[in-house]
Amino acid sequence: MLFRSLFKSFLFGVPIGVTFLDSVGYVARVEGISMQPVLNPESQNKDYVFLSRWSVSDYQVNRGDIISLVSPKNPNQMIIKRVVALEGDVVSTLGYKNKYVRVPEGYCWVEGDHTGHTLDSNTFGPVSLGLISAKALYIVWPPDRWQSLEAKLPENRKPISVAV
Amino acid sequence: MSVRPFLGKASAVIGYVLQTACITHCIIEYVGDFVLCTGPSMEPTLETNNILFTEHITPRLQRLRRGDIITAKCPTDPKQNICKRITGLPGDKVKGYFPRGSQVVPRGHVWLEGDNSDNSKDSRMYGPVPQGLIRGRVVCRVWPLNKMSFLTEH
Repeated sequence: MLFRSLFKSFLFGVPIGVTFLDSVGYVARVEGISMQPVLNPESQNKDYVFLSRWSVSDYQVNRGDIISLVSPKNPNQMIIKRVVALEGDVVSTLGYKNKYVRVPEGYCWVEGDHTGHTLDSNTFGPVSLGLISAKALYIVWPPDRWQSLEAKLPENRKPISVAV
Repeated sequence: MSVRPFLGKASAVIGYVLQTACITHCIIEYVGDFVLCTGPSMEPTLETNNILFTEHITPRLQRLRRGDIITAKCPTDPKQNICKRITGLPGDKVKGYFPRGSQVVPRGHVWLEGDNSDNSKDSRMYGPVPQGLIRGRVVCRVWPLNKMSFLTEH
């Protein structure tokens, strides 16, 4: 009797839970140092961020947003980076095969804040907007790191030409 | 005349609708769905306004093979979907896209081509497509009814 009612609650809850995670958002742990100092400033303590799926439902991202995306090198891995340039912008790259890149239509240029310790568009080039999964809005754990993540671009990484 | 039974019934109905919507979402995302394909790029295998059944299980498990017909988000416009055949897996050598002669498909990407070579915008134009954009694998055509069939390898 108990088993049946537990089973029924489970069956009831799973589709709603999964749909909520897919449509609204979820909390994820950040691994790695590529977004220091904004995320994971001390490598031992990992930040947990709230990733909003709702914010990217129509693929409207702004320059400076921190987003999670499917890695172009490995579709099973999600990476978290900052959007530095949108379609039409021209960026000066750090270590890419071309010194200047004009971001094509439907793509964006993402970079990790921790220059030199990040695998980003400077390695794999412009990223198709379809790979973007969610936008990181807040750090939710640990409590002394509670903050809202701002959309700001480091001065030296602004695109050299911005599309209107 | 009283409000309370009405509220009780209304919330039960809302609950059912919500539950159905969520189950539908889960099936469409994780199991499979029907898609309407338009355009000439996969002729003669598929014709415009065919309805196809696609499954979303093999792409998630990375079990796609050369020759599979897949649906994916368009690399140049995430709001559009494309339906093409995988003609190159990572490591394969393919006749590259302009201006290169030939290239190797990089890790984590696939090379897509439409069966109608002369009239298809595919990897020959926009390059290798990251596997993260792939949504589903076409299993069979369900409409028009007189053309229902499993779609075999090229």
